[in-house]
Amino acid sequence: MNRVTLFSICASAGFLLYILEMVRRRKLREEYSILWLFGSALILVLSLKQDWLVVLAHAVGIVYPPSFLFLVGILFILLILIHFSIAISKLHQMNKKIAQEMALLRADRGVERTEETLNKR
Amino acid sequence: MEGHPPRILVVIPAYREGRTIGGLVRSLRERYPHDVLVVNDGSPDGTSAAARKAGAIVLDLPCNLGIGGAVQTGFLYARDHGYDVVVRIDGDGQHEVEDIPKVLEPILGGRADAVIGSRFLGETEYRGSIPRIFGIQHFRWLVNLFTGYRVTDPTSGFFAINRRLVDFYSDHYPSDYPEVDSYILMHRLGARALEVPVRMYDRAEGKSSITAFRAVYYMVKVTLSFLINRIRRFG
Repeated sequence: MNRVTLFSICASAGFLLYILEMVRRRKLREEYSILWLFGSALILVLSLKQDWLVVLAHAVGIVYPPSFLFLVGILFILLILIHFSIAISKLHQMNKKIAQEMALLRADRGVERTEETLNKR
Repeated sequence: MEGHPPRILVVIPAYREGRTIGGLVRSLRERYPHDVLVVNDGSPDGTSAAARKAGAIVLDLPCNLGIGGAVQTGFLYARDHGYDVVVRIDGDGQHEVEDIPKVLEPILGGRADAVIGSRFLGETEYRGSIPRIFGIQHFRWLVNLFTGYRVTDPTSGFFAINRRLVDFYSDHYPSDYPEVDSYILMHRLGARALEVPVRMYDRAEGKSSITAFRAVYYMVKVTLSFLINRIRRFG
């Protein structure tokens, strides 16, 4: 086993364990961890079985296997970013509804908020 | 409207209009029996206090939602409290208070679901900059092409809507720059929209929310969201 292989196995295994630990401590929600777990598992498998990378690269017509790795990596990052954009849009919508509901409730209860308290927030 | 006289709510979205809102609310209260609702979109400059003092119902949003989000809060209030008609005007003195009966009349007569005040119909003193006129022309064309409504002032924020549209907008209203988009929403609902001539003035205080730099973003964003709304499903 050469040094590069050893390094990539250690790095990807460490990454996988880190994600699992974050989920276990509830710092990362399961639904957002799926893509990360999947990604790090993929890197680990490809570190262990490097000939699979060559086979996969050739299967899609890429001559130089490492560039296939870059391609997969970039696509993975794009996917994660889109996932975040969707999550942010959802949060935006929920945030708007909550703010509107709060303003309506306050008015119905006759709670006047002074602008000084608004500014402190 | 069945039995009782129609309940009318004037909705004014306000962000940093502390210096003009009081006078506007007072002149509305003096002229009309309608309730006046000011939706303060998180502004810290005394807008709420001034509006309350002048006799308006005030909703305080805890954070800035953008003009569409603020106006929608007004629709939600109208829906929850059983108003029959909502009139929406700007808080900066841009719209002529005396023209409110003009936008109300076709709705009260049952001839329209939405009446939009246009600064380009009839005699007009309005003079816009060249890019603004170009933008308005673009949206006229867009609205006409995709909805069939023949509009002269697609970005007008002076309008009245009936209960049917209040209910619909309570659930579906764009957060920012809602005016052009609302034609798609009305088209989806098969609403009868009508324009009437109104007077509009240059802003008395503060700056328009559309600066030169934002103009391009505005055009692109509104065009995009208009087209997407055209193919969107409404549940």
